[in-house]
Amino acid sequence: MTMNREGRPTAPAATKDAGVSPTFTGNRALDIEEKLIFEVGRLDVTGVDVEDPGSFQDRLGGHARKAPIDLPGLTEPEAMRHYVRLSRQNYAIDLGLYPLGSCTMKHNPRLNEKMARLPGFADVHPLQPLSTVPGAIDLVAELGRWLLELTGMASVAMSPKAGAHGEYCGMAAIKAAIAAKGETRPIVLVPESAHGTNPATAAALGFKVVPVPARADGTVDPAEVRKLLSPDVAAIMLTNPNTCGLFERDIVEIAEAVHAAGAYFYADGANFNAIVGKVRPGDLGVDAMHINLHKTFSTPHGGGGPGAGPVVLSEKLAPFAPVPFVRFNPDGSGEFVETRKQAGDTATPFGRITAFHGQMGMFVRALTYMMSHGADGLRQASEDAVLSANYIKARLSDVMTVAFPERPAMHEVLFDDRFLDGTGVTTLDFAKAMIDEGYHPMTMYFPLVVHGAMLIEPTESESKQSLDQFIGTLRHLAEKAKAGEVESFKAAPRLAPRKRLDETRAARQPKLAWSEPTTPKAEAAE
Amino acid sequence: MRYLPLTDADRAEMLGAIGVADIDALFADIPLDKRLTDLPSLPLAQSEMAVERKLAALAARNVSAGSVPFFVGAGAYRHHVPATVDHLIQRSEFLTSYTPYQPEVSQGTLQVLFEFQSQVARLTGMEVANASMYDGSTGTAEAVLMAHRITRRNKAVVSGGLHPHYRGVTRTVSEMAGDRVDTLDPDPTGTEDILARIDGETSCVVVQSPSFYGHLVDLRPIAEKAHAVGALLIAVFTEVMALGLIEPPGAQGADIVVGEGQSLGNPLTFGGPYVGLFATREKFVRQMPGRLCGETVDADGKRGFVLTLSTREQHIRRDKATSNICTNSGLCCLAFSIHMTLLGETGLTRLARLNHANAVKLAGLLETVPGVEVLNRTFFNEFTIRVRRNATDVVQALADRGVLGGVPARRLEPKHPWLDDLIVVASTEVNTDEDRAAFSAALKEVLA
Repeated sequence: MTMNREGRPTAPAATKDAGVSPTFTGNRALDIEEKLIFEVGRLDVTGVDVEDPGSFQDRLGGHARKAPIDLPGLTEPEAMRHYVRLSRQNYAIDLGLYPLGSCTMKHNPRLNEKMARLPGFADVHPLQPLSTVPGAIDLVAELGRWLLELTGMASVAMSPKAGAHGEYCGMAAIKAAIAAKGETRPIVLVPESAHGTNPATAAALGFKVVPVPARADGTVDPAEVRKLLSPDVAAIMLTNPNTCGLFERDIVEIAEAVHAAGAYFYADGANFNAIVGKVRPGDLGVDAMHINLHKTFSTPHGGGGPGAGPVVLSEKLAPFAPVPFVRFNPDGSGEFVETRKQAGDTATPFGRITAFHGQMGMFVRALTYMMSHGADGLRQASEDAVLSANYIKARLSDVMTVAFPERPAMHEVLFDDRFLDGTGVTTLDFAKAMIDEGYHPMTMYFPLVVHGAMLIEPTESESKQSLDQFIGTLRHLAEKAKAGEVESFKAAPRLAPRKRLDETRAARQPKLAWSEPTTPKAEAAE
Repeated sequence: MRYLPLTDADRAEMLGAIGVADIDALFADIPLDKRLTDLPSLPLAQSEMAVERKLAALAARNVSAGSVPFFVGAGAYRHHVPATVDHLIQRSEFLTSYTPYQPEVSQGTLQVLFEFQSQVARLTGMEVANASMYDGSTGTAEAVLMAHRITRRNKAVVSGGLHPHYRGVTRTVSEMAGDRVDTLDPDPTGTEDILARIDGETSCVVVQSPSFYGHLVDLRPIAEKAHAVGALLIAVFTEVMALGLIEPPGAQGADIVVGEGQSLGNPLTFGGPYVGLFATREKFVRQMPGRLCGETVDADGKRGFVLTLSTREQHIRRDKATSNICTNSGLCCLAFSIHMTLLGETGLTRLARLNHANAVKLAGLLETVPGVEVLNRTFFNEFTIRVRRNATDVVQALADRGVLGGVPARRLEPKHPWLDDLIVVASTEVNTDEDRAAFSAALKEVLA
């Protein structure tokens, strides 16, 4: 260990020791613990000055609140600290590589944020007279045009609020189209590797879900699909590229078989980001596909939303799109159709799936992103995402086990836990060890078709240097696991704001809202 | 391209490491005859400045609410949002993080969700709230499905005071699931008799207060009748600010409370993204849709938070899940929660009172305009006026005079011509005396 002139040790080991001893506050330098607002706030405090309207005769008719709500307030400086401190306990794309497979944690350009906050977009009401919002309607129509051009589809329903809501929208259109033909088709085929939202969506629409097994290389076998097709099948819901990170190479054959059976092809577009500008789903026989604007087109994930999930539809399904929708006039302008009545003879909307018109704030961000990239940049982004995933696959395949090594990966690469056999280290342990190295873990235990799945999606937002450091880290961890250092994995993470949390306790004794702790004194008084 | 860090040299080196000649080798599984050879016929990449110019031009063609006397509500409300809120939600760690699946590095988001759930539970007078739905309308439809699961019945009775879009979403979702909906006629006067429609087959009664037309509804007798026949009361609101002043639905016997939280922290943004609030009794928690955050401890015994009770959810239960919802309204929850924290009970009560005072003033003023009748005996910050003319034309004429003066009821109720002369009008804290004077003067002119 080297010493500086003042005699203080400079090696990292020493500072680590210092960190272990408890501090008076429980804080560690920049790592500051923050209590709940219910513990730091006060009922008589507010951070908002409100004008006093003076006395007036109320018109509440005796409906006035009689009891206090018990909601604490914070002044502005206190609120600022509360939330800034909390923010520092989160991992974020802006901090580092966020390899959550299937989630597409790419860079969120700040121009998008700035544009979404223009008063002409952020401060307009959904029910203002349409004559006062022509720019908003044009924006929605313009985004719709980009989506149609990129997907090769006939029509787009803009109102779905997120991916799963888009699935609902597309599958409801399919259900309506089947009903319009006077048919009853109760079954939907869903591959085992699908996102949980697919079977949940089908079930919410009253369909019975029949799983389609994956073949050995991780893709769907058209022969299996043909076996399951019958006049009872309404649709197949297929993710492409699929959740194993593979392009379904027999997709055209599957689509043809599905159509021949009188059923529809729903594509889960969660992974559209791999193929933008490379191939159009409309050319592959897709009838409906949602597009997660918060994945492919970079609107921020915001700690779990909001998203947006417009659905593109084929010619056959277009008339069934829910209200509201944008109708494209021959002169290229967009017209807003809000009601079934307005839809007239040209359409038979299946209904309405949300109040108002959809996620305008996300539309502005997504269109800003698309215009920035342009057609060339969007294609380059897809290529870079795929290149980066394959680079990770190539550089790790000797120390980790690639689940489906035969086919090229698309934007994400799936590993299983065979490389951990006999080490005592599980996928969970491996993921938690990544946290100590400064990375958010990859998607774990999904898809369900391989054991101990680790799904890595680097996106196009990483430099080669960043990818190399990530690869180096995973190599190091894999080697460490194989070297028998199981204990350090079991204890991980050691350096995060929290060690492993007791999820069983959370589920067995749910505490879902704050309540005043019962003090011994209060108990005695009862 | 400014968002893509790889250089051509990097790309070549990486292709070499992979062992392929070119990028197209990695797309080999795409059928050759389907691959795009040309770029889609869309514009090429543009500079930040160029994009900004084009979007700013589009935005400039819209009349923003802040630029005119503005009285539009009907499910989305213009409120003043403190500058702190928008600053904080743009913190990278909140804005660019994912759903908190890895709790050790997501305590920030998780604690916010726990605080949000606690705030919503208290505001609504319920025991538990979830971590949000997409918006009030989808929350309402999900509440109906939840009531069907709990009661094992499938007929919902829906008030004519429910926001027409919420009613539309509920009807669509119910029809698609094969359930029944008994909808009362639109109720602009707040006088419907919903009790008569509740029977032994009823799963739930859906009532909005303040109603779409602004009336405050006494939920107690409805809760009593519903409970007497084994049904649930679903109480809905579109203006969460009202809960600062009126009695919470939980105190009036509601079993599920759903509503729109946009008013706190979130801008109008032409209708979305918003934030659906969803609260219920503890005994129903396992039938709830959506994510739930719960308290627990870590390996050192320190308090921490995790997503919990996920065996209700699609990623575990697949086709047996309580809902297909995955992404919710995370960042909008954060905005809501920050605004709520800044207000506290003290600020919320004052702000709600100011909203009510402004609406009372506006109603008083509009009542003096010849040809205008206020239909409400009670209201919070929104009420309905009858103008004895085609309301759509009147609202358009007001807009032509630079006043955004409410929503014609017919726009949301196209099937009911008898609502032709009704306008739903809102006034919040943002309106000044000058705004109100401009509105009443313009209305007088239009109706003259």
